Amino acid sequence: MSKVRVLVGTRKGAFVLTSDGKREEWDIAGPHFAGWEIYHIKGSSADPDRLYASQSSGWFGQLIQRSNDGGKTWEPVGNKFVYDGVPGTHQWYDGTPHPWEFKRVWHVEPSLTDPDTVYAGVEDAAIFRSTDGGQTWGELSGLRGHATGSRWQPGAGGMGLHTILLDPTDPTRIYIAISAAGAFRTTDGGVTWKPINRGLVSQHIPEPAAEVGHCVHRIALHATRPDVLFMQKHWDVMRSDDAGDSWREVSGNLPTDFGFVIDVHAHEPETVYVVPIKSDSEHFPIDGQLRVYRSRTGGNEWEPLTRGLPQRDCYVNVLRDAMAVDSLDSCGVYFGTTGGQVYASADAGDNWAPIVRDLPAVLSVEVQTLS
Amino acid sequence: MIRVVLPAHLRILAKIESGRSEVALDVAAPVTQRSVLDALEVRYPMLCGTLRDHATGQRRPFVRFFACEQDLSHGSPDAPLPDAVASGAEPFLVVGAIAGG
Repeated sequence: MSKVRVLVGTRKGAFVLTSDGKREEWDIAGPHFAGWEIYHIKGSSADPDRLYASQSSGWFGQLIQRSNDGGKTWEPVGNKFVYDGVPGTHQWYDGTPHPWEFKRVWHVEPSLTDPDTVYAGVEDAAIFRSTDGGQTWGELSGLRGHATGSRWQPGAGGMGLHTILLDPTDPTRIYIAISAAGAFRTTDGGVTWKPINRGLVSQHIPEPAAEVGHCVHRIALHATRPDVLFMQKHWDVMRSDDAGDSWREVSGNLPTDFGFVIDVHAHEPETVYVVPIKSDSEHFPIDGQLRVYRSRTGGNEWEPLTRGLPQRDCYVNVLRDAMAVDSLDSCGVYFGTTGGQVYASADAGDNWAPIVRDLPAVLSVEVQTLS
Repeated sequence: MIRVVLPAHLRILAKIESGRSEVALDVAAPVTQRSVLDALEVRYPMLCGTLRDHATGQRRPFVRFFACEQDLSHGSPDAPLPDAVASGAEPFLVVGAIAGG
């Protein structure tokens, strides 16, 4: 019998939600690391019992926790994230140079093949890698050292590297995204990086079609088609069919194309999910109606999914790492809100129900499908 | 022995048994903030980086050090701590600042 394990990071701890393949009855475990911010937890596809969690606090800084038993027990591993060489500067909000300063880990991405290899996306933007199960970390400094690095600027929420997508067909190709520098790609395992932002247009920056400076919120891909990328930008939902070399807008009939999350159905590479948010100054759904939008055509044509979601007086947000899909035959879709709800749909978004309603604000949701 | 009192979150992180509010450390003279924190991190390596920034070695802004009713947070890390701390009569207190709003 298949099982699913949903890993939830919140402002005040981590929760592990488990269910059988029906996804009707749920066991809730947690809070783990009570009182700490858990920006992200993710399991290894090579060993599903191996989990990594980013734990941080304004008092005591950054920790990385590792579990070898599916989240029942945890141990702190290495937390020394030190930039390679002399860090240099990036642009501050006012355009002046500002030294790179490590603040926290936004995202952990375990290798697809080796449970001891894991990547970390950090603020101020950089990517680190560990090959010893998180004990030690080294920066892939070719990214931050890119010629444009001194021009990168933080978004309102900081200059975080929040998206790391590993190509299942090519271990040397990785996509990343930074708020608000944009998207980058390596094809040599992280030694050198190239901005992949052609086609993005951001009206709020000095050069709307600049090489870097775009506030990319999230990128997603389907494992069988890693050249096709879907992006939720600050404004605009975008698509690339050439591994990011060029992008085109696929916002289509969305009621607003602002939002944070984006994800792809586990078995249908052209089925994409977003949660439209009213605007960059009003971080909640339009008209108090929480609606996931699904496109079955790879963008442009979108349908609202509302059954089981609050359709009045709902003013939560859904943050960029807070949506995931399982890979059961009937694809499950999950997302968490800043109001502490985690919603699940066991039928690809047609019907929704809350797994939990009253957690701390949800920062991230990941799902593991277990046999 | 030097007595060190840690905030609850760090006691949990270091897996210090419930109900114990302080730990005892063997610290060679001179007893300073730096030598006490170095000894603390040797005994409890998971605390590395939680009190002092890895890159700069500086005290984290919301971590404070007290002893003998004095705020020692802004003192030199290499200044000798009060005799009462060095003798074990008084504890060295690591405090998470009250911060919020």
